Amino acid sequence: MKGKRIMSVILITIMVGLTIYYTLYGSQGWYDPASGDELLIRTWEHIKLVGIAEFLAITVGISAGLLITRPGLKFLASPVTGIANVGLAIPPLALVAGVSPFFGIGFRPGIIALFIYSLLPVLRNATVGIEDIDQSIIESAKGMGMSRLQIFRKIELPLALPVIVSGIRYSTILCVGTAAIAALINAGGLGEIIMRGQSGNFGSLMLQGALLTAGLAVTLDWLLSEAEEKLTPEGLKLGKEIE
Amino acid sequence: MIKLENVSKIYPDGTEAVRDISLQIQEGELCVLLGPSGCGKTTTMKMINRLIPITEGKIYIDGTDNQELDENELRRDIGYAIQEIGLFPHMTVAENIATVPHLKGWTKKEARNRADELLELMGMDPAEHMDKYPVELSGGQRQRVGVARSLGANPPIMLMDEPFGAIDPITRDSLQDEFLKIQAEIQKTIVFVTHDINEAIKMGTKIALLKDGELIQYSPPAELLAQPKNQFVRDFVGADRTLKSMRLMRARDAMKSSPKTVSVDSDIGEVREEMESSDVDYLIVTDDSGRFQGWIRAADLDGESVDSMEEVLSRDVGSVGRETALSDALSVMLEEDVANIPVLGNDNVLEGILTFNDLQQVIGETYTEEGGGRQVTG
Repeated sequence: MKGKRIMSVILITIMVGLTIYYTLYGSQGWYDPASGDELLIRTWEHIKLVGIAEFLAITVGISAGLLITRPGLKFLASPVTGIANVGLAIPPLALVAGVSPFFGIGFRPGIIALFIYSLLPVLRNATVGIEDIDQSIIESAKGMGMSRLQIFRKIELPLALPVIVSGIRYSTILCVGTAAIAALINAGGLGEIIMRGQSGNFGSLMLQGALLTAGLAVTLDWLLSEAEEKLTPEGLKLGKEIE
Repeated sequence: MIKLENVSKIYPDGTEAVRDISLQIQEGELCVLLGPSGCGKTTTMKMINRLIPITEGKIYIDGTDNQELDENELRRDIGYAIQEIGLFPHMTVAENIATVPHLKGWTKKEARNRADELLELMGMDPAEHMDKYPVELSGGQRQRVGVARSLGANPPIMLMDEPFGAIDPITRDSLQDEFLKIQAEIQKTIVFVTHDINEAIKMGTKIALLKDGELIQYSPPAELLAQPKNQFVRDFVGADRTLKSMRLMRARDAMKSSPKTVSVDSDIGEVREEMESSDVDYLIVTDDSGRFQGWIRAADLDGESVDSMEEVLSRDVGSVGRETALSDALSVMLEEDVANIPVLGNDNVLEGILTFNDLQQVIGETYTEEGGGRQVTG
């Protein structure tokens, strides 16, 4: 974890540093790089896209993912995780392009595309996190007289939590990347800067957008790794060390 | 007391897992449900704490129909230990053991004290193990914690499904011994599931042998061995049932008590006289408090030069305890190459002597007495 922390900080510093460099000195005569103000606005848009889509994905994904592990709905668990796995094979570009004929272009269709895509890993991991718990643990909890709710709260949830958070982390990183593509349907965000640079064949502009997108992904990955570490029960961490 | 009355389990697809089983388990008894896999032993056990719903019949626990109780309350009063143990990996040993006490609303302190007490009982140092996580324990230790956890709230009844099944034979053997000692102390009413005939004989007060969901024979282990009801039982207990009954009988069952002894302080001349007058070729030597000191053999006294006890006393000889199984006593005899062996009680006090002849006789007697016959022992 310490190694990851150091690497993340170094990477983020380099990316932000380079972005500042290109903002100040990236002019190529007839084209100017994006201004600091625009970068801030686009970054904020990007964060909004990811934040809203992720918020929805986490809310829906975790509730649905946990719900289908309950007795009575259990039969849904494996088809749903199957669909989620297949869904993740769809390239983000195809998904973004596929959403627009139905929902038009702009920020909202962007959110819809990102939501669908981010939902899958969250949903899958919530289900798998519960399903993968050793059945003898649940059996002994039941045999000792824990109610269903107690088993869920005290056994299943804490044991599944690291897997759930890791699903959120994966989904968020994926979402940051996909959000850059959402600029294709005018959703805004850092993708706009990249695409403008691309259409004008202007390297500085493309690099500004790309570096900030990557920086954002690395930052979120790092923060969520920290959360994952914090939320992993002590007894499970030890297990990993010993294995 | 647990009473099963015409209990059946029929699954919706028509499979009859358990067919019309009736049996009673008295307080403080350890009843082994024994049988090949698929015989319905685990199903029968799980109907007692209602992990599997009963189809027909009744199960009474201390006179109360178990269907009338709240299922979670019922389970909290019945200890439950399974082969896979199922310790909660995210909780410490103490937290695991405190599961049921916690559910029953004990205070943190009470629960922790109980965990301390139970670890002590299971032969694990509480200070060292209380705050460890299951992953830090060895297989045998986990099994012990599993049993400790099932004893958490001191339930009068325990269900144990092959609780020593997943560990190596040596550890299993010592866990069985330890558990028998504990059981002698705590006197729980236990339903113990196993497919291992040797474990059943060792652990059981009574054995219920099941086959295809039916109860074939329900008797104490010695009776199961000596009087198998039919060919299935005979096959299941195996051709070596003589040996198995030796495992059941204890040194105290076959020993001669108050054998001839001489004091370690006696004069060598007295010893010679004693031997000649009682016409024996050996004497047991004890000290003033009756503690075993060694043997003196007549052969060693032949030379005239012997003039002190020390010279002829053989101290390093095998001995057995009162509760040693006859099979173990026999193997000590064979190992030490002796035909008689002292039986010692606490603090090495001599309780009696076990001879090869006694051994032979006792085994022979049980067989003729109980009508088992010898024809199948070959």
